[in-house]
Amino acid sequence: MNTSTKELGDLVGREYKEGFVTEIDSETLPPGLDEDVIRFLSAKKSEPDFILQWRLESFRRWQRMDTPTWAHVHHAPIDFQAISYYSAPKRDEDRPKSLDEVDPKLLETYTKLGIPLEEQKALAGVAVDAVFDSVSVATTFKDKLAKVGVIFCPLSEAMANHPELVKKYLGSVVPASDNFYAALNSAVFTEGSFVYIPKGVRCPMELSTYFRINALNTGQFERTLIVADEGSYVSYLEGCTAPMRDENQLHAAVVELVAMKDAEIKYSTVQNWYPGDEEGRGGIYNFVTKRGACRGENAKISWTQVETGSAITWKYPSVLLEGKGSVGEFYSVALTNNRQQADTGTKMIHIGENTSSTIISKGISAGRGQNAYRGLVKVVKSAKNARNYSQCDSLLMGDQCGAHTFPYLEVKNPTATIEHEASTSKIGEDQLFYCRQRGLSEEDAVSMIVNGFCKEVFRELPMEFAVEAQKLLGISLEGAVG
Amino acid sequence: MSIADASAAAYVTAQKQMLAQLPGGGISSLDAHRAGAVDQLARLGLPSQRDEDWKYTSIRSITKSAFTPAEPGGDCPAAFFNGHEIANLNALRLVFVDGFFAPALSDHSDLPRGLHIGGMAQGLRDDGARLAAHLGTALGLIPHGFAAMNSAFVADGACVELEAGLRIDRPIELIFVCGVSGEGLLSLPRNLIRLGVGSQATVIERYLSFDRSRGLNNTLTEIILDEGATLDHCVLQSLGERMFHVGGLFASVAKDATLRSTTVTTSGALVRNDARVNLDGERASVHLDGCYLAFGRSHIDNHTHIAHNHPNGISRETYKGVLGDRGRAVFHGRIVVKPDAQKTDSEQNNQNLLLSEEAEIDTKPQLEIYADDVKCAHGATVGQLDETALFYLVSRGVDRATARRMLTQAFAADVLNGVQCEPLREHLQHLASARLDAALSEQASDQVGDLGRDEAAPVTQ
Repeated sequence: MNTSTKELGDLVGREYKEGFVTEIDSETLPPGLDEDVIRFLSAKKSEPDFILQWRLESFRRWQRMDTPTWAHVHHAPIDFQAISYYSAPKRDEDRPKSLDEVDPKLLETYTKLGIPLEEQKALAGVAVDAVFDSVSVATTFKDKLAKVGVIFCPLSEAMANHPELVKKYLGSVVPASDNFYAALNSAVFTEGSFVYIPKGVRCPMELSTYFRINALNTGQFERTLIVADEGSYVSYLEGCTAPMRDENQLHAAVVELVAMKDAEIKYSTVQNWYPGDEEGRGGIYNFVTKRGACRGENAKISWTQVETGSAITWKYPSVLLEGKGSVGEFYSVALTNNRQQADTGTKMIHIGENTSSTIISKGISAGRGQNAYRGLVKVVKSAKNARNYSQCDSLLMGDQCGAHTFPYLEVKNPTATIEHEASTSKIGEDQLFYCRQRGLSEEDAVSMIVNGFCKEVFRELPMEFAVEAQKLLGISLEGAVG
Repeated sequence: MSIADASAAAYVTAQKQMLAQLPGGGISSLDAHRAGAVDQLARLGLPSQRDEDWKYTSIRSITKSAFTPAEPGGDCPAAFFNGHEIANLNALRLVFVDGFFAPALSDHSDLPRGLHIGGMAQGLRDDGARLAAHLGTALGLIPHGFAAMNSAFVADGACVELEAGLRIDRPIELIFVCGVSGEGLLSLPRNLIRLGVGSQATVIERYLSFDRSRGLNNTLTEIILDEGATLDHCVLQSLGERMFHVGGLFASVAKDATLRSTTVTTSGALVRNDARVNLDGERASVHLDGCYLAFGRSHIDNHTHIAHNHPNGISRETYKGVLGDRGRAVFHGRIVVKPDAQKTDSEQNNQNLLLSEEAEIDTKPQLEIYADDVKCAHGATVGQLDETALFYLVSRGVDRATARRMLTQAFAADVLNGVQCEPLREHLQHLASARLDAALSEQASDQVGDLGRDEAAPVTQ
């Protein structure tokens, strides 16, 4: 066991692979937040007036709110005046029109990440709206999408070109007053993606966005809005990596999904932001509000997430099941190692008749990581025959980590059937022994067992993401148990 | 001053006025306990729904008018107990009227050597320093305003102490009769149950309403089990529909000791039970069960907190509820496994049966695990009767209404099977069945249109 423990130490001690800073001149606002900063942001993006007013109102609400403290995480108080709220790659006026015009350093960054845009173009079925810090630098596959009427563009562009859609849906699922970080985001969001799938259209490719936090001390406040009109289908992928640094960075994104009658949205995330060093220094604070609304009959929203990064994750992708027979799903793998803390889960709000939801949450805690599932299943009086099944399993590796479960079930209709199950265990000595005597190395055995533990979630991921997710888990965990 | 603080102010004032008459004054540890508690009550007030632990339970119905602390000497006729006997129990009995010990109504002659039972007030007067040393030890940090209110007074209650090695078969029955002296009374029983090394006992706490008076029962029971002791404990609440009950059970279970506690709540306007069990030694174990039947406008809230502080502990927890009419129930089960508590084996289960449109259940099973070599599982369900089981019974010629009643009673009775004392178990099962029978027959006449809808559908022939 001793030799392997040493190997484990090496593996666990491995430096963050994606840790590098690309030197690009950024035009960055000095730290601090007031109404002038918001006006500057809005002017910079030539936003319509209704957006500016909405931002200002959100900001005023935010000022009256208190920082939430209920999550099972610990961190020093965040100084919101010490954050810079805008950072954009320079040369705003001659923004690149095609990949050729993109700053080679940017492309290099993507190459390092293993997602070069030029290759992405060739990769069948994947369009990329890459967000580098806060301004979109390249959007591909637009033509192909435009042919079927799909709108996939930066949010700022959507505000200019489709103000009626933005006005109708922005903030309709996550209102500015929803919570502290959503209010902050509504006030200062800088960029994000907008997707609209017209009636009856099956989006011909997987849509994806790669987020990346780059400039030092720049909080990133993304805002994503996806609207799937009647009978449409879209699968959206989001993946994240960030460079290494010493100060904690705040990321407070908002994602809103709207699914109309018979529409389906599948939203997949692989999150691999810098988790901080072994002592938990540095690392991203990921305080995200994600929510979808099934507005019409038989609408379906499915969230799949693999959370391996960030120092602190605070994230509850939720579904409002309004339409009759609508379906909500949540599949999650959350891994915490070293001093990472995750408080994640979902909310399924059953409002319409015959609505159903499934929650599968797999938490893995290693090192001194703290992993909490926090979920709400709420059945209101009108939700006849609501059905929910929740399963939350935790795997513990190491005697200093923690696994916690905070499920809330609120039922006001007698026809509801709600089931919640949770289990906690560690990898059994006997399981390891079995694998070892079949000739597997301890690492391979652990990796295999962990992958088996997460299989129910991984098989919900699109192919290319599933591969990436398995790799990520491997890197973060291999041999963390002895 | 917040609303909560204002609602507590009357009780703070009352405590200050009564302090001089409270038993055991001058014993420094008791004085300190009362002073700390009244200070906390004054500072933090009674809980509000902003407290996570009171999120689903509004105490506005309790705070809208202040209750007056009851005084000793309430007159409860002996005939009152005739209809309330537990058949074949043959118990040692202590009766408390509005929270005060009533020796005349009690039966505690022929005590075996090593068993000391009696009233807390008398105990504090006779042997105060020794008793006071135990008060507050199982309670630990006072969790909320009601526990603080109880601790601020410590007027009377039951004291049950077993010396090391004593095992008694005869159950000890503590009967608390509320509302004897009229409307708007606050009774504050403070009970202490201590079992010495290797001893064994059965203690039953029963809470009964004298009549239909409105009142608040704020009770706190501390249980201290020494090494290898075994306590079978049962709390039975059958209170009037205008009665409020806030009950605390705080236990410290030592090495190899076992606590089995079952809480059965069949009525009451608002019932809140807090059970906090600390497993304070290796191989300590706890079985915490509960059965709550929330009908009419009852609101029943069960909060449990089991802390595994040492290795090899075992906890089993099953709470089952049946809700009808406008009944509301809350279950919050928290299990914490501390870093040292390796090889902990813990299971928790909460099952609920909803029978009416207006009923509501909020359940929150919660695990916090800080050790890696543990086996912990929990589950919660909300649903209706199993259709296949119903079909089976109907196919055997049982009519649907009877089949429903049988299954509902079986659902509730299941959790009572763990009660060791046979006469008590039979009493509880009978009580639950009778309560369900009454509630279901009312429901059947009220809500044929809803729950009886499948009766109208012709069975496929």
